[in-house]
Amino acid sequence: MIPAQFDYLAPTTVEEALAALAQHGDEAKILAGGQSLLPVLRMRLNAPEMVIDLGRIPSLRGIRDDGDAVVVGAMTPHTVVGSDLLVAEHAALVSKAIEHLADAQIRHRGTFGGALAHADPAGDLGAPTLALGAQFVVQGPGGTRTVPAEEFFVDLFETAIGEDEILTEVRLPKHTGWGAHYEKFVRVAHQWPIVAVAAAVRVEGGTIAEARIGLTNMGSTPLRARAVEEALAGQPATEDAVRAAAAHAAEGTNPPSDLNGDADYRRHLATVLTRRAVLTAAGAGG
Amino acid sequence: MVRINLTVDGAKVADDVEPRMLLVHYLREKLGKTGTVVGCDTSNCGACTVHLDGTSVKSCNVLAVQADGGEVTTIEGLSQNGELHPVQEAFRECHGLQCGYCTPGMIMQSVDLLKENPQPSEEEIRLGLEGNLCRCTGYHNIVKAVQHAAGQGAQA
Repeated sequence: MIPAQFDYLAPTTVEEALAALAQHGDEAKILAGGQSLLPVLRMRLNAPEMVIDLGRIPSLRGIRDDGDAVVVGAMTPHTVVGSDLLVAEHAALVSKAIEHLADAQIRHRGTFGGALAHADPAGDLGAPTLALGAQFVVQGPGGTRTVPAEEFFVDLFETAIGEDEILTEVRLPKHTGWGAHYEKFVRVAHQWPIVAVAAAVRVEGGTIAEARIGLTNMGSTPLRARAVEEALAGQPATEDAVRAAAAHAAEGTNPPSDLNGDADYRRHLATVLTRRAVLTAAGAGG
Repeated sequence: MVRINLTVDGAKVADDVEPRMLLVHYLREKLGKTGTVVGCDTSNCGACTVHLDGTSVKSCNVLAVQADGGEVTTIEGLSQNGELHPVQEAFRECHGLQCGYCTPGMIMQSVDLLKENPQPSEEEIRLGLEGNLCRCTGYHNIVKAVQHAAGQGAQA
């Protein structure tokens, strides 16, 4: 399969990229790592007239410590984020999710910001970034603004990034010492999750002091399992207590029905996977 | 058309290509490197795996223009001075193939895996090759071949 024809620009600064975007408007598509976009172009589900490749903008790559947050450049490949020690220490939930994201070749090429901007509800990075309360920094002609995770994911494949804006970095608030686990349910090893649960917990002396839980593919956007988080607070990190709290996992969700399973099946999976994710996270953090 | 310059299997090449041209098509159709095959065309099967700037990628999921300035190694660039690469040798030794279609990609991904992790466990091998599909072997001898290559110090 071959994409439809398009013109191509590879700017070397964000400003050049924004100028190109302003000039070509909705005829343009931003290319990050391309691991989701190129299949879309090949299948001709989209046929932009202009592709603007961010791959040659060095300032969009890299990870840095910024006080209370670890900041990940949007064009940093998954492999780099997944093996980064700062991320592992302060935002372990993200490291865990990347371990089983797609496959090695895709992780080499795909980018952190590209996957988040693509906003596939079955993507593996939405739930962990939402759970950790990530902040999304977007740059446009008028400067930069920061969008909290709760407002970033708008709908299926839709984010708060404006048509004239580019996601430049993602700020991950530090959750140092929290236990973390990403429990993913798939039929085929390297495929998208049917449902997945991202859990980070702060355990103090055998008690879950705080929990942050994100759900993948339980609606048109990643979702927080707030009822579970509330039910877990102050509970012992035991199988029975976690099971009781996890029973709330599907509350407020609107999962899809497809060939992999209907909505009820996904609601059931959410409770089971939440229990497993929280117990594993609590074990790791205790 | 866009001018690209890159190094493929140690040789410098330059061409004018359409931006939409996939790296795998560039390798096969412009350079005649047909050792790299197109399998699924959906970025699932990994048959088209090559190394770009030192790491494995699915060459059906990279534009040729994205590889501009880069260094590509295909299955055809693995052997040195007429000697098979130790991973190629191990696939032959352990009969890590039946029809052979997935083999170029399996070998390229195995080389990448062993570079990162010279002594992988069986589970690590299976996880490391999760992006490469084989419809014949059930993976048994492929895993054995990677273990064999690791035992021979194939990362060197």
